[in-house]
Amino acid sequence: MEQASTAAGNGGPESPGVEEVHILWISEGMSCDGDSVAVTAAGQPSIEDVVLGAIPGLPKVNLHNKVLSPTLGGEEFLLPFRQAANDELDAPFVLVIEGSIPNEKINGEGYWTSFGNDPATGEPLTLNWWIDRLAPRAWGVVAAGTCATYGGIHAMAGNPTGCMGLADYLGWDFRSAGGLPIVNVPGCPIQPENFMETLTWLLYQAAGLAPVIPLDDQLRPQWIFSKTVHEGCDRAGYYEQGDFALDYNSPKCQVKIGCWGPVVNCNVPKRGWQGGVGGCPNVGGICIGCTMPGFPDKFMPFMDAPPGGGVSSSLVGAYGSMIRKLRGITNKTVNEEPKWRHNRPELTTGYDPRLMT
Amino acid sequence: MAVQERIEPQAGNIVDMSWDPITRIVGNLGIYTKIDFDNREVLSCKSTSSLFRGYSVFMKGKDPRDAHFITSRICGICGDNHAVCSIYAQNMAYGVKPPPLAEWIINLGEAAEYIFDHTIFQDNLVFVDFCEQMVRETNPGVLEQAEKTDAPHAGLHGYRTIADIMRAFNPFTGEVYKEALLMSRITREMICLMEGRHVHPSTLYPGGVGTVATPTLFTDYLSRLLRCLDFIKKGVAMNDDVFDFFYEALPGYEEVGRRRIQLGCWGAFQDPDVVSYAYDNMETAGNAMFVTPGVVVDGELLTHSLVDINLNMRIELGSSYYEDWVNETKFVDRDPLGNEIDIRHPWNQTTLPKPQKRDLEGGNYSWVMSPRWYDSRTGDRLALDTGGGALARLWVTALAGMVDTPYVKATDGQSIQIHLPQTPTSAEQTLEWRPPQWSNAIERDRARMYFIAYAAAMALHFVDKGLEEVRAGRTKVFENFDVPDEAIGCGFHEAVRGVLSHHLVIRDGKIANYHPYPPTPWNGSPTDSYGTLGPYEDAVTGQPIFEENDRDSFRGIDIMRAVRSFDPCLPCGVHMYLGKGKTLRQVHSPMFGEAHGG
Repeated sequence: MEQASTAAGNGGPESPGVEEVHILWISEGMSCDGDSVAVTAAGQPSIEDVVLGAIPGLPKVNLHNKVLSPTLGGEEFLLPFRQAANDELDAPFVLVIEGSIPNEKINGEGYWTSFGNDPATGEPLTLNWWIDRLAPRAWGVVAAGTCATYGGIHAMAGNPTGCMGLADYLGWDFRSAGGLPIVNVPGCPIQPENFMETLTWLLYQAAGLAPVIPLDDQLRPQWIFSKTVHEGCDRAGYYEQGDFALDYNSPKCQVKIGCWGPVVNCNVPKRGWQGGVGGCPNVGGICIGCTMPGFPDKFMPFMDAPPGGGVSSSLVGAYGSMIRKLRGITNKTVNEEPKWRHNRPELTTGYDPRLMT
Repeated sequence: MAVQERIEPQAGNIVDMSWDPITRIVGNLGIYTKIDFDNREVLSCKSTSSLFRGYSVFMKGKDPRDAHFITSRICGICGDNHAVCSIYAQNMAYGVKPPPLAEWIINLGEAAEYIFDHTIFQDNLVFVDFCEQMVRETNPGVLEQAEKTDAPHAGLHGYRTIADIMRAFNPFTGEVYKEALLMSRITREMICLMEGRHVHPSTLYPGGVGTVATPTLFTDYLSRLLRCLDFIKKGVAMNDDVFDFFYEALPGYEEVGRRRIQLGCWGAFQDPDVVSYAYDNMETAGNAMFVTPGVVVDGELLTHSLVDINLNMRIELGSSYYEDWVNETKFVDRDPLGNEIDIRHPWNQTTLPKPQKRDLEGGNYSWVMSPRWYDSRTGDRLALDTGGGALARLWVTALAGMVDTPYVKATDGQSIQIHLPQTPTSAEQTLEWRPPQWSNAIERDRARMYFIAYAAAMALHFVDKGLEEVRAGRTKVFENFDVPDEAIGCGFHEAVRGVLSHHLVIRDGKIANYHPYPPTPWNGSPTDSYGTLGPYEDAVTGQPIFEENDRDSFRGIDIMRAVRSFDPCLPCGVHMYLGKGKTLRQVHSPMFGEAHGG
C-alpha cells in the first residue's frame, strides 16, 4: 500500500531504529479480553516497565488498549486509531488484534462485533473494517491469543459467526508495512510473559537492535513454541516408567486421562503460568491443546485419553524414534485448523441453533 | 480529546452524546445518552453491546464434561468463576460430590480471584476516574478543595490530604496504582496455586480438582495472602476517605448512578459439610455458603433460597438481536421438586441469533438479552442489578445474618464484621460494613473495597480448613463419576461482578441446552418488552451532572463513574454513546472535522 509507506515506512526491519512507537490494540474480536488481562499479569517484563521506558534500548511506547486506557472512552480513546487509518499518526505503530475475526459476509445488514461508529452514518464500524485499513499500514501486526491466531473457542464447530484467525482473514502470506508476516502468539489466554517477551523483541527490532523475529510455519516465535508440553513437563518421568495417573487424584503423568502434552507446542510446564507459578500438567491440569491451530475441536472431549496418546503410551520401552514419528503425525494434525474457518461468503460450521431439540 | 459529539439541532441545550467503546472495562460496551445541559441532567440512556459470540449455540451436541473448559472462555477476567459455576452445575447433573479438600481448594482459588479482580478493577480502572489527573480535568474546584482537606485516616494509610490520595492513583505513575498492579500479580499467583492458571483454570474438574494438595501448596498461598493484607487495610481507609470526601465536596453526589435498591446475589463459597449438589439440597447448601444468596428489594430481604431464585429467573427480549423462543421445544417442564419451569427460564431458552441493523430509536440495539427476576408478590419482572457484585453480596449476607466464621461474622442481621489479624506493617483491624442509604455509584465502589477485605479474611479461614484436611491425611481431591444419558443441572455462584448461573440439559449423553447468565446481562441489559430499563440505563437516566466542563469540553465523568461502578464486563454482556444527532461536530480534536469525511 502506497499510503502505508508514507505513514509508517520509517521503521522497516532493515532500517535504522525508530524512537517512538504506538501500540494500537483492538480486543473487539470474538474474545473474552483475557489476553489484555493476561498482559497485566506479566512481570518479565511488566507492561509498566515497557510503557514507562524502564527497559534500555526500547523506543518510547504509547499503548492504546481499551482495558488499560486512562481515557474515558469513545472518541477520546479512538483518536489514534482513526489517525492511523488516515495515515495521520505521528509514529509507526504495531497493531495487536485480540479475538477471532468473524465472517461479516454472512449476516446481511447486521454485524457480529464492532469498534466505534462511522462518524458519517452513526453505524457501528466492524472489526473487519478496521483490520482492512490498519493492518496494511502497520509496521507490524501481532495476533494475541489463540482466538486471534487461529480462531480458537469461538470458531468451534457449530458456531454461528463463521469466525477465523487473523491469518485466515488477511492471508497467510500477508506482509505488514514493515515487511513482517503476522506474528502469532497463541495461548488461551496468552501466557503473560510469552506475549510480553515477543512484544519486546518486536520493539527491539523496531529500534534497530534485534534482527527479524524468527517465526515457525504457524507464524509463532520459534524459541517459545518449538518444544512440546511433554518435553517440558516434570511428570514426563512417570511416562517414561509407564506409570500413569488413572484419575485426577494422582500426581503422575496424565496422558491416559486427557492430557495432550506429547503433541502440543507450548512452554507452559517449563515456564509456569506467571512468575514461574502454576501451569497445566505440571500442576494437575490436563493439557487441552489451547495453543494449537486445531484447538478446540481436535482435542474434544478434553477429558478422554487422546487417541494417539494411548497408542504411544503402550509403546513406551520401544524405540524412541518410533514414538517420535507417531507423535509427529498427530502433531501435524493438531497444527492444522479445521476447514470451516474461512472468509468465504458462506457459513460451513454446521451451525444449527435447534440441534438436539 | 473530548468525546465525539453528535449534535442534533433541537430545542434547548439537549445533546446526544455517546461513549463507544467504554474503556477500562472488559468487553464491548456503548452508552448512548441525551443530556440536558441547561438543567445539567441526563435525560435518557441506552446501553448496547456490540459483540455476539454464540456460546449457547455452539455448545449444543458437545460432551458435557467439556462445559467448564469452554465456558471459562466467556470471560477474560473472571473465567475461573465460570469454570467453577459450570462444575457446580455438572456435579448436580452427574450426581457427584467432590471430596471436602477439593471444595476448600476451589474456595481458596475463588477468594483469590475476588481479591485480584476487585483490586485491579478498583485501583487500576475505576480509580482513574477519581485520580488527581482526572479530577483536575473535570472538576478543578473539587481538586482545589481536596488539596486543603486532611485525610481522616492519614494515620492508617500515610497520605496527608485527599489530593495526596488522588495523586497516588494517577495511572502508571501513582504509587498505589503501581502497587495495585503488583498486588494483582501476587493474587493471581494465588489463583494459579489452587486452580493452575489465571484466567482459564487448568486443574478444575467436575468431581473435584487435580491440584496437588501438599502442605507446600498452603504455605505458598498463605505467605502471599499475608503480603496482601497490609495493602488491603490501607486500601479500605483510602477508599473511605475519598468517597466520603466526594459526598462532602459535591452535595447531591449520592444521586450519581442511583437507582431503586433491587439487588441479587447468588451466593459463593460452598461449605463441604453441607453441600451435596442434589437439587433438593440446594436451598440448604445455599444457606450454608460463606456468602449468602438472596434478593434485596427496597432494603428488604425477599428470599435467601436458591430454589426461589432459580424458579423466578426470566429471560426477556425487547431490544435484543434475537428471535423469540416461546414456540420452541421446552426442555424442562418441572424442577426435581415438582415446581413448574417457565418457558422464559434459562433451562428452556433456545438462542436464535438474528443479526440486524442497530436501531436506538424504538428498535433493537443490543446483543445482550434482558434477564429479569419475577417478584411473585407483585408480578413485576424486576431488573435486578448486582451493585457491581460486592454491594449485593454484602447487603444480602448482612441481612440474612447466617455467616459465622472466626474472621467474618454476619450474625446480627444488620452488619458484617471483618477481622483482619496483625500483619507485617499493620496492626489488627476490625472492619464493619452496614447497608448504606443508597444503591448508587459511590456505595458500589466502596463495597468493592470492603469485599476485598471480606474475601481475604475468608481465605484465612479456608486455609485453616484445607490444612486441617491435609494434616489429617485426607488428601483426596477428586471423586469419579459417570455422565448420565439424560439429566439436568444448575449451578449458582458469584462472578466477581455479581450473580452467575449456569443451566444445563443433557440428552443422549450430550449437551442439549446450556445457558450461562453472568452478571453483565443483568446489569447491562437493554430495555425489555415491558418497557423496563436495564440497570445501567436506569441508573444513568435522570442523574445530575457535576462536571465543571461546559458542553464543548464535556467528558462525561459522572456518567462514566455511574456505569463503571457496576464493574461492566461485556464479554458476558455492553457500550456508551453521546446521543443520536444527525450532524457531527468535532469538539476538541483537530482530526475529526473535515479531515474525517467518512
